[in-house]
Amino acid sequence: MQQVFKRPQSLKDVQTHFCPGCHHGTIHRLVADAMDLYGVQDRTIGVASVGCSVFLYGYFDIDVVEAPHGRAPAVATGVKRARPDSFVFTYQGDGDLAAIGTAEIIHAANRGEDITVVFVNNTTYGMTGGQMAPTTLVGQKTSTSPYGRDKSKDGSPIKMAELMAQLGGVAYSARVAVDSPKHVLEAKKVMREAFGYQAQGKGFSFVEVLSACPTNWGMNPLKANARIGEEMIPYFPLGVFKKEEA
Amino acid sequence: MSKRLFVKGNEAAAMGAVEAGCRYYFGYPITPQSDIPEYLSRELPPLNGEFIQAESEIGAINMLLGASATGVRAMTSSSSPGISLKQEGISYMAGAELPGVIINISRSGPGLGGIDASQSDYFQCVKGGGHGGYHIPVLAPNSVQEMYDLTMHAFDLADLYRTPVMLLGDSVIGQMKEALIPNPRPVRELPAKGWAVRGKSGAEQRVVKSLFLGDGELEAHNWHLHAKYQVMKEKECMSEEYETADARLIVAGFGSVSRIAHTAVTMARAEGMKVGLFRPVTLFPFPEQALAQTAARAGKVLVVELNTGQMVEDVRLSVGAAAQVSFYGRPPGAGSLPSPEELLEVIRKNYDETAR
Repeated sequence: MQQVFKRPQSLKDVQTHFCPGCHHGTIHRLVADAMDLYGVQDRTIGVASVGCSVFLYGYFDIDVVEAPHGRAPAVATGVKRARPDSFVFTYQGDGDLAAIGTAEIIHAANRGEDITVVFVNNTTYGMTGGQMAPTTLVGQKTSTSPYGRDKSKDGSPIKMAELMAQLGGVAYSARVAVDSPKHVLEAKKVMREAFGYQAQGKGFSFVEVLSACPTNWGMNPLKANARIGEEMIPYFPLGVFKKEEA
Repeated sequence: MSKRLFVKGNEAAAMGAVEAGCRYYFGYPITPQSDIPEYLSRELPPLNGEFIQAESEIGAINMLLGASATGVRAMTSSSSPGISLKQEGISYMAGAELPGVIINISRSGPGLGGIDASQSDYFQCVKGGGHGGYHIPVLAPNSVQEMYDLTMHAFDLADLYRTPVMLLGDSVIGQMKEALIPNPRPVRELPAKGWAVRGKSGAEQRVVKSLFLGDGELEAHNWHLHAKYQVMKEKECMSEEYETADARLIVAGFGSVSRIAHTAVTMARAEGMKVGLFRPVTLFPFPEQALAQTAARAGKVLVVELNTGQMVEDVRLSVGAAAQVSFYGRPPGAGSLPSPEELLEVIRKNYDETAR
């Protein structure tokens, strides 16, 4: 019998620690699939960020270096410049990348570092208990925006994929979601495309993934999934915002 | 025959780094150390190295973290306010046991302060600086020659102990020009970097991290780091003595002020006073034993610093009750370097008190 579906080689055969309904497991799988596609597992160095995703070395069977909060793009810069033959990606949440690490992501992208950035946007700080993030939607209640995010006071949610597309050093920038089988399949295609840019030495690639945090959103997994389509996608449109030809 | 060059201290450090095999530099401009990135931006690319002017000191130290994690020799440099920003990364590197060299041509503070010579960051550099209770070796050159030699030594210490190492100078040491003989790097057996991330290539996964959440894991890691610091204290202390054999008063100072003190001690000797100089070259590990012995013999130590009293605490801890310790300091401020005559006067006062 032909095997048509299996665990990617780049993923370890272990259970994840993530909360029920969390999408990190799905996104890990998409990243591993892209690594497998280009056969780069053996020369990949992953950069783990601070937050729920810090444990990625427990799930990916690759070499990993841990970065301080927000600094993953700078760490990845050092790794890639020192070892240009390695395949380097960062995996960062919205608090990490769009708040404390804004300078690092913008400048690594602008320098056109030949790395791939996976940006997991669930509109909240997950590990620290659901505080307001730079991507928290206007009106969204969090543990530090108990009255709902107020645009006049807290500003607007940052659209990172669009922002990245404006920078000269960026070769590829896209936003996907993982709330439905259709979107997951689209995300798989985009993730492969983004990793392909680095695999072919074409420069900086960026994938924003809209995902759920049922625990901190105070929703069951199904409701949380639904929220991505109902509230997040209307503000954070899906699509490829930049795709530089080789 | 060795050639003799006439260069600035900052250039000498950059040259020492290149001689030590450093090919990766990440930095951000700040006075009075910008000659270092300027020199390396010119010299590294032809050596197939990389120079990156980072977006900030934070970016630079984390690029160093990433490069060092792959096993290459890499460095950054900055000055006091920039070092404050780098402390987060230094703490992470200490926690993850990553080598790397950080040159700090310190300036005066607090805050923006000024660019004149100062030793007011002794506590920050020697006592950890960042969070988490770690130490890093801190080397304090007092000449252009030492900027070169100790930079090479710093890279070896970093690899030997898997730790960030700081070279602590100031604007006097960094900006002055004097003779330099480019010595070859001392040969020292260094461990292989089997821990470095390079991509698995069929081997076991390697992870460079400072997060230890398992039961007792972090405590064990901290005891491991502590043990490493004890080995450094035993094996890596460096100090210099001048005219201490029969001295009844020891003047203690590091870095730039030690040169002024050296002149003052020579002047005191000419007046018949039995005065000597003790100069710590490593500030961590602090040369406790050597100082304690010399101090006990003399009975009195006068600590001189370009601050209001920081290293004097380590001197007191080192000598205990074996000698009396007094202090003379000048906090930072334009023109506040003490002259040799000024220190001679302080020596006279303290020496007379000894005689009584």
